[in-house]
Amino acid sequence: MTTAETAWAEAMKFDNRADPYPFFDELRKTPVARVAHDTYVVTGYRELMALAHDPRISSDISRSPLRAQPAAAPEPAAGADHLRAYGRVQSIIMSDPPDHDRARRQVMRHFGPPHSPDVIPKMEPDIQRLCNELLDNAKANGETRLDVVNDYAYPVPVAVICKILGVPLKDEPTFHGWIFDFMAGLDLGPEAATEEGQARAQKGRESTAALNRYMAELIEGYLREPGEGLLSKLVNDDGPDGPMSPKEATANAMLLLVAGHDSTVNTISHCVLMLLRNPESFDLVRRRPELIPRAIEEVQRLQSAVQFFPSRSATADIEIGGTIIPKGAAVHLMYGAANRDPARFPDPNHFEPERRDNEHFGWGSGIHTCMGGPLARLEVNLALETFLRRVENPRLVVDPPPYRQSQVFRGPRHLLVDFDLISD
Amino acid sequence: MIVGASLAGLRAAEALRDEGFRGPLTIIGDEPHEPYDRPPLSKQVLTGWVPADHTKLPRTRAVDADWRLGVAATGLDRANKQVLLANGDTVPYDRLLIATGTRARPWFNAAEGALDGVFTLRTCDDAALLQAALKARPGRVLIVGSGFIGSEMASVCCELGLPVTVAERAEAPLVGPLGGVIGEIAAKMQHDAGVDLRTGVSVEALEGDADGHVQRARLSDGTTLDVDVVVASLGSIRNVEWLDSAGLATGFWGVGCDAGCRAFDINGVVTDTIFVAGDIARAPHVLYEYEFLSLEHWDNAVSGAEVAAHNMVSLETTRRPHLPLPSFWSGQFGVNIKGVGVCSFGDEIVFTQGSIEDRRFAAAYGRRGRIVGAVTLDHGKWLPYYAAVIERSAPCPPPPPGYDQPKDMQPLPARFPDPRVPTEIPDVVLTGHDPTSRGAEFISKRR
Repeated sequence: MTTAETAWAEAMKFDNRADPYPFFDELRKTPVARVAHDTYVVTGYRELMALAHDPRISSDISRSPLRAQPAAAPEPAAGADHLRAYGRVQSIIMSDPPDHDRARRQVMRHFGPPHSPDVIPKMEPDIQRLCNELLDNAKANGETRLDVVNDYAYPVPVAVICKILGVPLKDEPTFHGWIFDFMAGLDLGPEAATEEGQARAQKGRESTAALNRYMAELIEGYLREPGEGLLSKLVNDDGPDGPMSPKEATANAMLLLVAGHDSTVNTISHCVLMLLRNPESFDLVRRRPELIPRAIEEVQRLQSAVQFFPSRSATADIEIGGTIIPKGAAVHLMYGAANRDPARFPDPNHFEPERRDNEHFGWGSGIHTCMGGPLARLEVNLALETFLRRVENPRLVVDPPPYRQSQVFRGPRHLLVDFDLISD
Repeated sequence: MIVGASLAGLRAAEALRDEGFRGPLTIIGDEPHEPYDRPPLSKQVLTGWVPADHTKLPRTRAVDADWRLGVAATGLDRANKQVLLANGDTVPYDRLLIATGTRARPWFNAAEGALDGVFTLRTCDDAALLQAALKARPGRVLIVGSGFIGSEMASVCCELGLPVTVAERAEAPLVGPLGGVIGEIAAKMQHDAGVDLRTGVSVEALEGDADGHVQRARLSDGTTLDVDVVVASLGSIRNVEWLDSAGLATGFWGVGCDAGCRAFDINGVVTDTIFVAGDIARAPHVLYEYEFLSLEHWDNAVSGAEVAAHNMVSLETTRRPHLPLPSFWSGQFGVNIKGVGVCSFGDEIVFTQGSIEDRRFAAAYGRRGRIVGAVTLDHGKWLPYYAAVIERSAPCPPPPPGYDQPKDMQPLPARFPDPRVPTEIPDVVLTGHDPTSRGAEFISKRR
């Protein structure tokens, strides 16, 4: 194994999920490094910025070597099957222009300005109420310990995205498990090949299929009888791009539901984790809540909720950072790694809520930049502000906390916090 | 001291304080208003969405300055290091930043320009007057000139449902900044939106009624047009007159300076204490064969101000160069136009991504086989790619994209007007014979 291959394997290993960053630093010695046959990872800031905007890089999974291999192929690439299941019909995140642009326009018409400027701001009272209710409940139960992931970070965004999309919140217990399994099954590390890993992948595939069926039925329902929410509007649209086909809408509905809350959960959890790990910053941000938006960006820089999205590949030989990425190779843009490039961010591993020049890749970059960013920022802001204001003297119980399996959608599985009391 | 209280002046003041400068700071501005943002004036303000006095620039920090607003600088006395003001005051300086920008080029005939209903657009006061005139629902608006601002105003008229005629001397709109190929597309955008676009014509005269209100325009093709509102969108004039006797390298294109924002004197020798930023600055650019470029772009004002401020309070060894990659944007007829580089430096254009028919595309400009600029219509998220290849002076056309390729990717002549810019008679001559008396002199001063 080359040094880069070893560093990559370590970075992807479950044992290193809490802190893969030293291995990314090692990888960055070659900012664009070959880590496997046909797989290149990008950890340099400049190089990532260039490739995220390079029209020779495709996000279309069907063009990637990570796509499903022919049955005869000896060893399917890690995660391949799974991604295919995720993208049976290509969702926005796994498609290229012009289809990508058209689909993104169709969705954004019902989600943001200029056509729907109020959708996100209108959620503010709901988000605030939810945050307060969760803390009220903990208070009423006389608790002094909170699992920030399950008891606080998860319930808020899932309720919000359900309302925006028009997914019945009563079905949450059903799809929660599916999404969890789907995430756990998306493993690009060495554990994917183990028996356990194979089982997780199998379960992930089944759950993805189940989620797909659920979404397809929901959308069929909205076709028969239009209702509230983005999904119904998407398939019944009379806008310039017309309605989205039910199949494509199903694929995108899964994307929007999953991406619409999961990364937000991870970001809220990581915000609490990072502030509790840095007491001076905790005091500072608590004293000056106007710093919260910047603190969130700094957490997103350091702990990018989507560490990379493994559907990209090169459509031509691309020379960059002293490496030639050959045509057809998979290209992983490692946001979380490039965000710690010392050539771009002074003292890159330091958590600095007042960092000014902070143009990080935590929300991606280029045409696939997170479309839910404005919603996520609102949710994380309110959740963090409420937490800081109401939870007295919070302390980490376990550090590092246990992490979830996925390297891509990286976040704590639980985050236990002890506190003195919850104020009003 | 900073002369000029718009975007460049404000950002320079903030940067000076960021740099740790604690001395007294004076900011002089001829407009009575606090620094405000101009891009919305031809867009959101004209539609009536945002009031003209609601575009104040956000402050990034307190600047603790002595603001002298509503009083213009009228002279610069370099020998005594002081600036002369219109009210007779003189203000001393140790370091001076010139950021007096530009003003709208007025209608060429002063009497016609003074008619009611004839406007220019540069300041928020201009915008307030023009907005009120549009709100009164004139029967027809005539916009003379279709650069970015003229085209944006035509777009606003369409949005407001006002009949609008655009008179353009060139073959199409936007030909100056973007060339004839893009101009043709811009012309289609205007036609589709219902603009009465007249190209290849100039407006020779404006006629008023008995009350002194404009009522008719005479075009060079012999036609006349009944109009209620005329907007002269004829580009800008750099505010250099107050420097006439300062002995600096001033002229039609602004104040010459080095890439460190230090002004040149009339002989082309760099000064130590006078700096230039914003629309009025004219500096050599490494990417463009060291030609002196005047960039009337928003971000150039910001980055130029920051570099100038840094260099004003730094030692020689820590000075920074101002090497911006120009970038610009416009919104018109529902299309977001964005670009990087200096498109008009190119001689050919190639469509690189997207669809021309759908008006969603990227195009690159090349000069002798290397890329010097790029423009996008509703494709702005790709610009960092083009910025990177322009910075590397990469070959043009760039390699084809892996998807969404335009039907035709053959380079075409970009069709910039020739001469590209109106030129003036040289206004400076060399005088003297022995080395100590040899120097430049403005002709106008002698006549």
